[in-house]
Order: sequence, then C-alpha cells, then structure tokens
Amino acid sequence: MLLFALRRLLQAIPILLGVSLVVFGLVHIVPGNPIDMLMPPEASPEVIAQMKAAFGFDKPLYMQFLLWLLRAVQGDFGLSVFNATPVWGQLLAALENTFVLAILGAALGFSMGILCGMVSALYHGRWPDKLFSAIATVGVSLPHYWCAIVLVLVCAVLHDWLPAQGMGDDTLPLYERLQYLVLPVITLSLIPMGVIGRLVRATVLDILGQDFVGALSAKGLTRWPVIRHIAKNAAPPVLALMGLQFGYLLGGSILVETVFNWPGSGNLLNLAIFRRDIPVLQATILVLATFFVLLNLLVDIAQAAIDPRIRR
Amino acid sequence: MPDGTMQPPVLRVEDLTVRFTRRNTDVAAVNGVDFSLQAGETLTILGESGSGKSVSLKALMGLLPAYAGVSGKVWLNGKEILGLPAAALAKLRGGAVSMIFQEPMAALDPVYTIGEQIAETIVQHEGCDNRTAMKRALGLLEQVKIPSAERRLKNFPHEMSGGMRHRAMIALALACKPSVLLADEPTTALDVTVQIQILLLLRQLQAELGMAIVFVTHDVGAAAEISDRIAVMYAGRFVETGTTRQVMREPMHPYTQGLLSSTVHGGMRGRALETIPGSPPNLAELPPGCAFAPRCRYAVDACRQGDIPVVTTETGAMARCVRAEELVEA
Ligand SMILES: Nc1ncnc2c1ncn2[C@@H]1O[C@H](COP(=O)(O)OP(=O)(O)OP(=O)(O)O)[C@@H](O)[C@H]1O
Ligand code: SF4
Ligand SMILES: [Mg+2]
Repeated sequence: MLLFALRRLLQAIPILLGVSLVVFGLVHIVPGNPIDMLMPPEASPEVIAQMKAAFGFDKPLYMQFLLWLLRAVQGDFGLSVFNATPVWGQLLAALENTFVLAILGAALGFSMGILCGMVSALYHGRWPDKLFSAIATVGVSLPHYWCAIVLVLVCAVLHDWLPAQGMGDDTLPLYERLQYLVLPVITLSLIPMGVIGRLVRATVLDILGQDFVGALSAKGLTRWPVIRHIAKNAAPPVLALMGLQFGYLLGGSILVETVFNWPGSGNLLNLAIFRRDIPVLQATILVLATFFVLLNLLVDIAQAAIDPRIRR
Repeated sequence: MPDGTMQPPVLRVEDLTVRFTRRNTDVAAVNGVDFSLQAGETLTILGESGSGKSVSLKALMGLLPAYAGVSGKVWLNGKEILGLPAAALAKLRGGAVSMIFQEPMAALDPVYTIGEQIAETIVQHEGCDNRTAMKRALGLLEQVKIPSAERRLKNFPHEMSGGMRHRAMIALALACKPSVLLADEPTTALDVTVQIQILLLLRQLQAELGMAIVFVTHDVGAAAEISDRIAVMYAGRFVETGTTRQVMREPMHPYTQGLLSSTVHGGMRGRALETIPGSPPNLAELPPGCAFAPRCRYAVDACRQGDIPVVTTETGAMARCVRAEELVEA
C-alpha cells in the first residue's frame, strides 16, 4: 500500500512538469514577446533591450523556463502586469475565497448526491427514484448562470432574504457574512449533486445486481450492515468522480463567481484574461492544475485503500 | 444418520409452492414440495438445470424477491418460519439455517477480508465484540482445514485459490453452528479432486456438528457420495424420493432412470450411456398431468390427464408416475 502511494507520487512529477511547461508556454502564445507589447511604440531600442535583460527575456528559452520554474516553486510569480502588485498575494486571497465556496458547494452537492443516489437505487423504479431522477436531470442540464440569476431574483430582488452579490465586509458579524455564501454555494452544488447522484445510483444498482449482496442477507445481516457493504463497494468510482468535480469547483466557476461578484480564482482568471495579465494567468493556472493533480493522486490512493483489487 | 422416527425433524417442509408472477408471465417454479429432515441427515435434491432447486432453497431462506408468491409450510426446529417478518428471518439466516453457494465469489464481498466477513456474521448473531468474533473466525478457518489460517484471515477473496475460497465460504456458513445447512451446488464449479475434498470435508463437519444438510446438485456422482436420501426434482416437483441406495439401485421413475443412465457412476456400471431426449418444460406453460410426458418413452394417455398418483413402496420410497409399479416389475 505504501509502495503504491509512493509510486503514484513519483508518477505525478512528470505530469506536473508537463503542466508547468504548458503554462510557461502561455507567454509565447501571445505574438511577439510581452515586453514588445507593453512598451510604448516610441520606446528606444536600448530601453527595450534593458527591459528584456531585466525580465530575463534575452536568455535562451530553456533557461527562461528553468529560472521561471525555480522562482514559481518558491511562490514567486513576479508582479502583475496590470497593477504591479505581487501575483502571489492576489492569488492567495482569491484561492482562499474560492476554497470556501468550493468546499461548501462540494459538501452540499456530494452529500445530497450520495443521499439521493443511494435512496433512488434502493427504491429502484418507485417514486423516490423517479423524483430524484427528475431532480438530477434538471440539476445537470440547467445552465449555471441561469440558476444563479433566478436565485438572485427570487431571494434577493423579489424578497429581501439574502444578499445578491459580493462576500460582505470583514467587519460584519460572522452570521451576516455567512448569508453571502448561501446563493453561490447552492448554485455551485447543483452540478455535483446531479452528477454524483446519477453515478451513485448506477453504481449501487450494479452492485445490488451482484450475487454477493444476496449472500449478505443469507448470512443474516440487517439493513444497515448491508448498506455499509454496498457503500464500500460503490466508493471507488464515486470517489474518482468526486475528485474530478471538486477539481472543477476549485477552478472556481467563472460564471458563478462573475454573477455573484465573488472575488475568487475564477474571477481572477477572468480578469487576467481580459487584462492580458500573463503572470497572474500563469500563476493561477499552475496552482490550480497542481491542485488538480494532487487531488487525483489523493483519490487514487484512497481508492486503493478501499478496494484491494486496485493495488498493483 | 436416519435411524428412526423418534426425534422430531429439524426441518419439515409441506407443500412448498413458488410462482413468479409478473405482468404477462406466470412461472410455476416450485409445485408442492414436501420433505422432512432429521438432525445429521443429508437430503440431496437432484435435478436438471431449471428444475427449481435453487428457488426451493431461496424460498426456505426467505430470499426470493417480493414478486415471488411463496406458499406452503416450513417448520424449523418445530417453529413455523415461512412468512416471518424480516427481522425474525434475518435472525434465522446465517444462524439456525445457513447457505453455501455454487460460486464462492458470489458469496463473498470482494472488498472485505475473509476474517471480517466471518466475524461480522458472528457479531450480528451473537452480539459479541469484534475481537472474540475474530478469534472464532480463526477457529473456523482451522476447522475447514485452511492452511496458515492466521494469515488467511487477513486475505481478501481474490487473494485465495478457488478451493480455499470454497472452504472459507463453508467456514462462513458454519459460523453460528446452524442446525440446517443449505448447499446449492457447492461443488459443481470445482475440479474433481477438489470436489471430492470438499464433499469429504462437508461430511466430516456434519459428523462433528450434527447439522442436517440439504444438498442441491445435478451431479449424480456427488449425490451418491454425500446423501442419505435423494429427492429427484423435475419441473418444480419431487418425482421420486428414497434412500440413496433405493434411488440409485432401483429407480422407479422414468426420469430418474434416464438421469442415471446418462451419467457414469458406480451403480450403473456396464450399461450404455444415453441421454434423455428433448429438453425441460417451460415452467410458464406446464402441461396438465405428468410434466415429463413429452420426453417419456413410456408415456400413455393417462399420463397427460389430471394429477399423477403417487406410488409408495413399503420401504418408504416414493415415485410420482402412472406406470411406476409396472416399470419396476419389468
Ligand atoms: N427471480 C426469478 N424470477 C422469475 N423466474 C425465476 C426467478 N428465479 C428463478 N426463476 C425461474 O425458476 C425456474 C427454476 O430456477 P432455479 O434457479 O431454481 O433452477 P435450478 O434448478 O437451481 O437450476 P440450476 O441447476 O441451473 O441452478 C427457472 O425456470 C427460472 O427461470
Ligand atoms: S407418468 Fe407417464 S409420462 Fe410421466 S413419467 Fe410416468 S410414464 Fe412417463
Ligand atoms: Mg440453481
């Protein structure tokens, strides 16, 4: 088991290197180089050369990459091209905000999804199943921004139940700041709920069709121990999908963060694209991609811990 | 061994009937099965695929799906058990009655260790703590002669060989000292040498624990090996019952005769092998009269009408055939 975990960890390294290479390459997707773009057209060639040397653009490409990577690993992504503040600080703040949303959205979406999927599989073909299938289909097929807008209209505009936008002031009491979370968290949880719910339902139905479940009753187990067996068998594929979904949530839904004006990483990414703020773009993508890879690693290890047949 | 009628039977089944009724089909899977079983006795239900053997066992355990219509009476240790509420049934299953299956992979959960699976059964039934249950599980693995049992306790099913899994499954079934063990083709999936080992093990365990066994198989050889009595099942009915010797040596029913002459076994040495022509009947459209009539070379008009009379010999053997008496004399 430990060996398996170590091997997976080693396998993650080339993936991360590949990711950083792509992210580094982003700078060069833009035609010319960033300095040419940023400098006023009337700048003298000496100044441009000086700037290039200062930012390291005069070195060969692979040296540029290595230097960039070396600094990135230490959390130094340079200054934002837009407002000249350190990228790392901006990113950290945005990530923190997104984390709050993602964790709550995932917790809500996953638990609802697991509950609904489990119940509808155990009541296969009867009304709870049909009800949930309808909810899940609606959940995954409604556009995010549409839900967000409807929620805002109903809860914030028509009634004055909840704040519509932003994340509240630091000075507000906790309970009021929590109110700002409600609508974006609900919106975010819809897709994970539907997707996880459907997978749980399908997986559990598949397991219920296997002979060993009959054998569990044959040895006299009551309802809850049987459900525990089913849950453990269903866990690996469900965990894999949860990892994926949580990764998406961490990426910060650009749409949800934009509609709710939530200052998270999705919002930051959105701004960085519009402002052509390459360092911010690079840092955000690299950090999110790293999270994604690590998350998958964690899921792999958890899967192997649950199902011994996965360990190889 | 069956030595008289002094003790009350541990298991008595009367007129057990199972129908599967769904939208437009009505499958008569089991049609009035009667038998009783003493402690320490082994009854083999012998029959072709689809004759209703597994359904009979599942009906006894209350394991059939809700849409199955089960009727009749079943007494376990003198108590009626058919139609008990779910909680009471769960107490019996794996306790007083337990079951072993054709495929151990079908009986064992792939993501729990053998030890965990045996121990949880003991915990469920006896409410002891996990440590004690694990110790009992170890003892059981030793009892079914699994080598290095201590290590095997921590094995997952896929880490064991086929024969070993079989033994583990038997250990699981014996965990709470059942008074009746239902064995559904427990050896058909094994190769011959392992098959014999498992049969011997079952007999030895039975001698040690004194449980009654209902052994289901379509393998005449295995039936001859393990049973005290044999019931031959055809289309959901017992068409012939008797001691192993009676059924093997002097089969009365044409179906039993066909079954025996289509198999190699001691009792019939020297005779040519032949197969029974035709195929088992469709249980959704059973003909009136004898279900075997379309395949029977002795069939007469009387076979196709009404209920078939049951012929009983003074030695206690039974056959359900219009012509049983004349055929035996012939
Ligand atoms: N759940 C079910 N629903 C409907 N029909 C069923 C069901 N289970 C079994 N049957 C039918 O009942 C009949 C008897 O099946 P059963 O499994 O008892 O046969 P068997 O004698 O055990 O055969 P085998 O040797 O192949 O195991 C078959 O025709 C089968 O199609
Ligand atoms: S009752 Fe008739 S058809 Fe049925 S087995 Fe006997 S002889 Fe054959
Ligand atoms: Mg069967």
